[in-house]
Amino acid sequence: MESNLKKVLEKGEFAVTVELGPPKDSRRGIIERKGELLKDYADAINVTDNQTAIVRMSSIAACAILKQMGIEPVMQMVCRDRNRIAMQSDIFGAYALGVKNILCLSGDHQKFGNHPTSKGVFDIDSTQLIQMVKKMRDEGEVLGGDKIKEPPHLLFIGAAANPFADPFEFRAIRLAKKIRAGANFIQTQAVFNVEKFKEWMKMVRDKGLDKKVYILAGIIPIKSARMAAYMKEEVAGLNVPQEIVDRMKGAADAKKEGMRISLEIIEQMKSIKGVHGIHIMAVGWEKIVPSIVDDAGLFPRPKFT
Amino acid sequence: MIIAERKPIKEIEKMIMPYKKVLIVGCNTCVTICMAGGEKEVDILASSLNLLFKSKHKEIEFIKRVVERQCEKEFVEELKEDIASVEAVLSLGCGVGVQKIVEVFPHIPVYPGLNTKSIGAPEEEGVWKEKCVACGDCILDKTGGICPIARCSKKLLNGPCGGSQDGKCEIDKNLDCAWQLIYDRLKLLGKLDQLEEIIPVRDWSKANDGGPREVIREDVRLKNGK
Repeated sequence: MESNLKKVLEKGEFAVTVELGPPKDSRRGIIERKGELLKDYADAINVTDNQTAIVRMSSIAACAILKQMGIEPVMQMVCRDRNRIAMQSDIFGAYALGVKNILCLSGDHQKFGNHPTSKGVFDIDSTQLIQMVKKMRDEGEVLGGDKIKEPPHLLFIGAAANPFADPFEFRAIRLAKKIRAGANFIQTQAVFNVEKFKEWMKMVRDKGLDKKVYILAGIIPIKSARMAAYMKEEVAGLNVPQEIVDRMKGAADAKKEGMRISLEIIEQMKSIKGVHGIHIMAVGWEKIVPSIVDDAGLFPRPKFT
Repeated sequence: MIIAERKPIKEIEKMIMPYKKVLIVGCNTCVTICMAGGEKEVDILASSLNLLFKSKHKEIEFIKRVVERQCEKEFVEELKEDIASVEAVLSLGCGVGVQKIVEVFPHIPVYPGLNTKSIGAPEEEGVWKEKCVACGDCILDKTGGICPIARCSKKLLNGPCGGSQDGKCEIDKNLDCAWQLIYDRLKLLGKLDQLEEIIPVRDWSKANDGGPREVIREDVRLKNGK
């Protein structure tokens, strides 16, 4: 069966994916609970791969649990922890477990996690990972050239783009490279600065890239004024305008305000040409996702038989 | 050049503690330039160790020597007499120097006094930066003369990650983002189109992953053979 996310996007529906961070242990129940909560509100649930370099249950295992629940996962795969041998092996394994979507990422540097003295592998980079998955899928060969008897034909390949990082002018070039490498869909860094995002989307459209790939705009619901300030000051690659920090500070009910901000951004994303959906990253605040999706007018999600 | 840094004195103290007479050997080449293992540093280390051991009522006699290039057998052989008179050697050469002494004088314990850090260059007074990791398959022609393998924290070959901000790397605000430097340089040269090329996966067998590397020049060998 084909990827549900792919079908949603191909039908021209405004897609919704939601991020799920596995626990720092083996509790299957956590995945099940989050999966149950989110399943009706997303076209696919996107499972992180040891995000911020903190050891968690593997993405592949969490994806398999979701799959057993009848939920479609997107398996994130980072280049930090495995070489090309382990990555391809995990791709075979994930596909055997029913995973159809894979998101190819460089990965946060190990310095940020709970094993800062570990060796960063980075045998291949995210662009090369995309190329590798495409080769496995379309040419039916592993990277080294050996034939795959039964290639993972139905993989839907995703990649990330950060419209807010520097050098800004390089960002659309890099996106073009990832598309040429084989990306089918793109998840962007969380959008708070809509003007800057529009500027990037214009570069993307000018290069005709929005016709070659599905773009999902990243959405992070802000839970508190402190979180807003932290993201603005501390997180490299995130662009949070002062106005948003001020709004969160001044709000009587911070959670409500955070949700309102998310809804406003989603509304604007819907109107930008070339944006094909959203990806909600409410890690640690998954509970809010159903309300956001519902209030954004994106519920119920389309069903295909 | 090779950039090195002296090990913490406590670590050195532990290594040479069992001995009464130790030869400290500096090197006149790279580690002199990066002020880690030249004549001056040999002197300073010997004095510091003397003071340290004195405070602990222990005495070690140090012989101080500096060879021209600790990585070459011919220069290391000059140490023969000194080595015959000591119980151990403390090398202030790079990791190559330590191993060359070991090869020439296999019977005596040799200890490393430095941590070898990188292949790099002096950047400003007191600052040395890594520029090359000796990957064995140079791609500087494709990246504006700036190496992303040595200078990007994630060794990315196809552009900056999402953590590049204001020209700096996400892992350290004092660290330049290699891809920003590459971008700026190619822009300066009017060659930004080079960035569109996808750099393929690396052949790491040409790096140390392929096992220890040897360079063999048959032409040179033959001449010597004659």
